Amino acid sequence: MSTFFLLLILLLGFLITFQIAKASEYVGVLKGEKKNFEQHNRINGFLMIVFLVLGLIGVYWCNELFKGRILGESASKHGEEIDKMLYITIAITGVVFVATQILLFWFAYKYQYSEKRKAHYFPHDNRLEVIWTVVPAIALTVLVGFGLFYWFRITGDAPQDAMQIEVTGKQFGWIFRYPGKDGVFGKKYYQNISDKDNNQLGLIWDDAATHDDIVVGNEMYCVVNKPVKLIIGSRDVIHDVGLVYFRQKMDAVPGTPTTMWFVPKFTTDEMKKKLGNPDFEYEISCDQMCGRGHYTMRGIVKVVTEDEYKLWLAKQKPNYASVMQDKAPAVPAGAAPADSTKTTAAIIK
Amino acid sequence: MSNEATLHGHTEVAIAHGEHHDGHGEHHQTFITKYVFSQDHKMICKQFLITGMIWAIIGGLMSVLFRLQLGYPDAHFKFLEDILGSKWAKGGQIQPEFYYALVTMHGTILVFFVLTGGLSGTFANFLIPLQIGARDMASPFLNMLSYWFFFAASIVMFSSLFLATGPASGGWTSYAPLSALGDANEGSKAGMDYWLIAMALFVVSSLLGGLNYISTILNMRTKGMSMTRLPLTIWAILFTAILGVLSFPVLLSGFILLLFDRHAGTSFYLSDIFLSETGKALSNEGGSAILYQHLFWFLGHPEVYIIILPAMGLVSEVMAVNARKPIFGYMAMVGSLFAITILAFLVWAHHMFVTGLNPFLGSVFVLLTLLIAVPSAIKVFNWLTTLWRGNIRFTPAMLFAIGFVSTFISGGLTGIFLGNSTLDIQLHDTYFVVAHFHIVMGVSGILGMFAGIYHWYPKMYGRYMNNTLAYIHFWVTFVGAYLIFWPMHYEGLAGMPRRYMDYSNWISFNQFGGLNRFISTVAMITFAVQLLFIFNFFYSMFKGRRVMTRNPWGSTTLEWTAPIRPGHGNWPGEIPEVHRWPYDYSKDGREFIPQTEPLGAGESTH
Repeated sequence: MSTFFLLLILLLGFLITFQIAKASEYVGVLKGEKKNFEQHNRINGFLMIVFLVLGLIGVYWCNELFKGRILGESASKHGEEIDKMLYITIAITGVVFVATQILLFWFAYKYQYSEKRKAHYFPHDNRLEVIWTVVPAIALTVLVGFGLFYWFRITGDAPQDAMQIEVTGKQFGWIFRYPGKDGVFGKKYYQNISDKDNNQLGLIWDDAATHDDIVVGNEMYCVVNKPVKLIIGSRDVIHDVGLVYFRQKMDAVPGTPTTMWFVPKFTTDEMKKKLGNPDFEYEISCDQMCGRGHYTMRGIVKVVTEDEYKLWLAKQKPNYASVMQDKAPAVPAGAAPADSTKTTAAIIK
Repeated sequence: MSNEATLHGHTEVAIAHGEHHDGHGEHHQTFITKYVFSQDHKMICKQFLITGMIWAIIGGLMSVLFRLQLGYPDAHFKFLEDILGSKWAKGGQIQPEFYYALVTMHGTILVFFVLTGGLSGTFANFLIPLQIGARDMASPFLNMLSYWFFFAASIVMFSSLFLATGPASGGWTSYAPLSALGDANEGSKAGMDYWLIAMALFVVSSLLGGLNYISTILNMRTKGMSMTRLPLTIWAILFTAILGVLSFPVLLSGFILLLFDRHAGTSFYLSDIFLSETGKALSNEGGSAILYQHLFWFLGHPEVYIIILPAMGLVSEVMAVNARKPIFGYMAMVGSLFAITILAFLVWAHHMFVTGLNPFLGSVFVLLTLLIAVPSAIKVFNWLTTLWRGNIRFTPAMLFAIGFVSTFISGGLTGIFLGNSTLDIQLHDTYFVVAHFHIVMGVSGILGMFAGIYHWYPKMYGRYMNNTLAYIHFWVTFVGAYLIFWPMHYEGLAGMPRRYMDYSNWISFNQFGGLNRFISTVAMITFAVQLLFIFNFFYSMFKGRRVMTRNPWGSTTLEWTAPIRPGHGNWPGEIPEVHRWPYDYSKDGREFIPQTEPLGAGESTH
């Protein structure tokens, strides 16, 4: 019913607007077209300057309103560089934005039609053209220079002592693998994947290196101030590991592993205090459209101290161990899934 | 309102007034040959325009629906279930499959069917023959086919909305493997096949049109119309057509490979896939999901220039006419169009900085991408200088042209953020991207299109649109667009991902609930005002004030020397000869000098 009324009001609004518009056209004819034109021109010229002033105030006000809600200090070292780049870019583009918008609406207002004015015949001026080719080119060179400097630092090789974690996206969740005591990720092959048999990643049990690999879902632990390198993949479609507070993002592509690394600066607990939010978590958001549950594909990064990490790690049971335990009652030990034929298995390193 | 006509009536003396009873080409026309299978470029233009407008309403309505969801994620809108059924809107709440179908179709429709088919199709068809002085296109028949392929594409795309499994829903980019696997996504079932077939038909239409535009511009200019005497509209359309002809085939090849992957068991894009839905691993190995993105963006990026270049052309022309000044730096304008066209082919991978692309390759694309800002800056400063010391008439078209420059600046500057790979790490696939491309491509493109429609409406239909409605339309649209998209930058800076249908469960992104409601409200108002425009357009076609003079805007270009309602063939008798460039406004104390007027004794060329 309310929908019906809403539509009725809308229709009425249209009708009224239309009648006013029609009437104003008749009034225009009565007033004389020239006078009518001049009046409309003055109103629109005035609105140009109103738009400029209110617009600039609006931009300032919008910034005041939202600047406190855009994440604040970066929680990773790389993020600091990205933030620096952001401020350099905002400074340069901000000046251009304000200057050009002022010129645009000011000119529109100032040079609006007047019977007395003659437009100035000014078809070209090579000096001006050179100025506004060279100046933007220089500004952009500065931006490209800074941008690439930071880009290569961020995408460069991870330090040797970085802790390695394998991240795998699936519809719609995250799976994390730690290499275990041997520090080596065992081989895996996607045809071995079986959620039923508790082998979410398709690990090849014939490879002894898999036996101590730890596989966990949804929560990833890493150590504060210690570089962490993510080896990212996907089981099905393309996902993306988005870490807003660390200012990091990398696609998870099926069949093509990708990597990224960063150094977390604050533990989750420190962030809770810093932001005054006891519910705070570092969230992993999927940033690449992946199907109906895309918006629910949430993971969590727990940044903890070295001691807390060791404690957590000690409590984890390798995937292999739990699989064998599950199987033990039914199948005699040693009857691991036979996949020895798959010698071409994808090797993750 | 032809106040301008009165205002500049004294300049009309050179041109004969009166009714024109030229039956040229009009005889023996049946309803079918005149209005349906017409080979007259002016009728084809109107067919493209009206089809585009229908699509714009459908696409806009979709955005209203998903803005309803984004603004009020917890609300139950009973009427939605009544209209859409319980599969798509259970209990009055939009379901995820439907939400993703809506955003996908909104993008596809607006980018391809409105701002490519609708914009280029309309103004290329209308302006090329009229402004270069030709009777029609090089091949009127291919031109007609171009529209009917567009029509067929529209029918197929529209039918997909009614499939039981819904239309395509993998985003307008339709990235594989999501788009390749029906088991991974409801919309990747039959909906994706319809989408691919419709897009293939669309590419055919675009190629037929594009080849025609290029050959007409190069071969059929009237006597005296050298390339440097072409209005900037024609230059812009020429470069647009070249972009389309060179990049659409690559897109088509990408789509064909996708069809093979879907139905022929090939592995172009597929590798190492296990689907939880079926619990089975696929046999495909060795494909590259990234290959699809390369093929897609090789068109996808030029596509944004295919949208914006015609708008730039229309705006340049409208601005010069209504500022009563020559466009500043004509050759620089042509040069920057050319530079943008070349660079458009060399920047596609900036959409792929975080796909695992080699960082060195990424750095090359950063450099080339930011290089595009130089010709863009040249164009902006030239427009500003065109306004400087002009004598500006705020016709509705002129307002839209000024609005275009404003949004093009705003959206162009945020492109400098996104083209910088370092910042793209944080901003990729967030609302910052949504804000950027909507302002620079969506809003600017549509403002340019409106400028064109309001400016050439008298030429198309021999009547004026209602000015008061046009002014309301402009100011609400322009202010609304900024209110909708400006705050989205902040959501993007906060890393808020796009293509989420509900943010309330996210600690990092739930601080924008109020803002999302605000944006949704403004979006609905802005959409409602577009309906006012649609009404004005059709009402004025029959009831608008008649155009009484051939050249109501006091313009120099050739289309205004044709009769008020030109027949098939455009000019009765000889096609006019051209003696000068199209921007002699306020030269030598004269308000404007038509292109057809020979140079006076001792008069300098521009």
